[in-house]
Amino acid sequence: MKPYEFLEHTADAKFRAYGKTLEEAFQNAAYAMTDVITDHTKIKPVIEKTISVESENKEALLYDFLEQFLILLDSEGFILNKIEEVKMQNNKITAKIIGDNHPEEYNIETHIKAVTYEEMFIKKEKDQWIVQVIVDI
Amino acid sequence: MAENIELKKISDVIWEIPKTGNMNVPTRIFASEKLLEKMKLDRTLEQGRNVACLPGIYKHAIILPDGHEGYGFPIGGVAALDYEKGGISPGGIGYDINCGMRLLRTNLKKEDIYPRIKELLESLFQHVPAGLGSSNIRVTKDVLLGVLNKGAKWAVENGYGNEDDLEFCEENGSMSTADASAVSEKAKSRGLKQLATLGSGNHFLEVQYVDKIFDKEVAKVFGIKEEGQVTLMIHCGSRGLGHQVCSDYLREMERRLPEIVAKIPDKELIYAPSGHELCEKYLKAMSAAANFAWCNRHIIGHQCRLAFSNIFSDVKLETVYDVAHNIAKIEEHKIDGEVKKVFMHRKGGTRAFGPGGKEIPEKYRDVGQPIIIPGSMGTASYVLVGTKEGMEISFGSTAHGAGRTMSRHQALKQYRGEKLKRELEERKIFVRSASWKGIAEEAPGAYKDIEEVVDVSHKANIGKKVVRLKPIGVIKG
Repeated sequence: MKPYEFLEHTADAKFRAYGKTLEEAFQNAAYAMTDVITDHTKIKPVIEKTISVESENKEALLYDFLEQFLILLDSEGFILNKIEEVKMQNNKITAKIIGDNHPEEYNIETHIKAVTYEEMFIKKEKDQWIVQVIVDI
Repeated sequence: MAENIELKKISDVIWEIPKTGNMNVPTRIFASEKLLEKMKLDRTLEQGRNVACLPGIYKHAIILPDGHEGYGFPIGGVAALDYEKGGISPGGIGYDINCGMRLLRTNLKKEDIYPRIKELLESLFQHVPAGLGSSNIRVTKDVLLGVLNKGAKWAVENGYGNEDDLEFCEENGSMSTADASAVSEKAKSRGLKQLATLGSGNHFLEVQYVDKIFDKEVAKVFGIKEEGQVTLMIHCGSRGLGHQVCSDYLREMERRLPEIVAKIPDKELIYAPSGHELCEKYLKAMSAAANFAWCNRHIIGHQCRLAFSNIFSDVKLETVYDVAHNIAKIEEHKIDGEVKKVFMHRKGGTRAFGPGGKEIPEKYRDVGQPIIIPGSMGTASYVLVGTKEGMEISFGSTAHGAGRTMSRHQALKQYRGEKLKRELEERKIFVRSASWKGIAEEAPGAYKDIEEVVDVSHKANIGKKVVRLKPIGVIKG
């Protein structure tokens, strides 16, 4: 199972992320989104943070969770390398995120303006969770 | 995708989706047959039809010639919602609040530029951070408050740019409806390092020359004297701060107005109805973000003056005009013989006011406002002028650019940044970018033909051609 894949979209970036659990699908969505900006696997694991997001439903949670990474990038220069210890309960997600706050050291290819609800879905097919997101570039 | 949408031909360049189902008014499309065919390939028409379902909408929802699929509204979407019975929809403005264009004219000729273009681009690149680059200006929380509440006026008070820059700017660079207290801390934190930065995506700085003058009289009023004259174009918006303002309010409206979410066809079409606290608050926050964007373009213009002065002595850069293409404004329009106050939404639509309006600088009032329409990287850009007819048929609005036709993903497969840069250099167009990928993504072939877009505007008489500008050097965000 591939963790995520990109789909065609005229103006922006559209991706699907997969997971055996919803936590894993959310985690892979964060990696996919980071890859639009720069290859997340090349980011040095220098800084560790804990983020916690609570929303009114699952779609809103996905939106708010991904948005956290855009806020962290603009305000602190934080870029994601990996996510550990993801916990989701009801509509609340807590995660330990690891990355670097020196974006100038990496090949930043694109900046994302925002997460959107456009064509967003979260569904379970057989044993697999699939989430789809379009981000505005 | 749009095969089941009925279209009625009004003229060679105007089409209509008749009012059916939940639509409150018809949807008008300004397009040639060729552009219309492209719109049918994605959800542009469907989204244009959805806009017509919004409450208090007047006359018709509009799709402009460069229309393409967006979020909620199509990009290139215009709607006038009644001030008392309508509302404001953040999706009708877009995530990049007050993304817009500023054009400056110089006293240089293209022959002066070519021998020193690489030096000039380097100097511009140093003075105006692109991509993820942080601001050269130390922005404290107090500074940010000043910027949000006063816009470009804050910049002039603090030594950047001049009064003329304010005069030749939509809203004089400062919306009085702004209130920084309506902007969240999250949004402010995204803006602190980004004042006077270009950003990425399709944002750019371009050194150009006047390639063709279509209307000498009007060009002269805009200070454009002759072919070969050098101009500078700036395209950017409110950066992360504006994006977060849009997102914050979209989410807050979704949380607090579930009864509206239940009846709209698309969550991104959420709106705050007139009279609701969120409508007022969003107007304040959006205006503050718009002020940030005007201040941003204003200081970038100032930085460009410094960059030019490093290379050329006695160089003068004067603002022709600065105009937004993602914004909502309170405007008055004559509708069916009566003056109505509306929340005018323009998303990927440029204000294009005709002659006479008090909103236009006195110097331009007899001819109409300048409309600045950028082409894609390496292709021409245009200056048009607003018309009286546009005030009646498009609420004084026209296109905002070429509009993408190929995905970034596809562009990356098809083009290589390095090769494209070489090919452009062979055509004497020089590019300096924060990333190669950025160049490939913005390949001219990934966009609709700007000539086709501008021709529709001209033929439909919603913005007439004045000047065509061609690129010499581009800084890509």
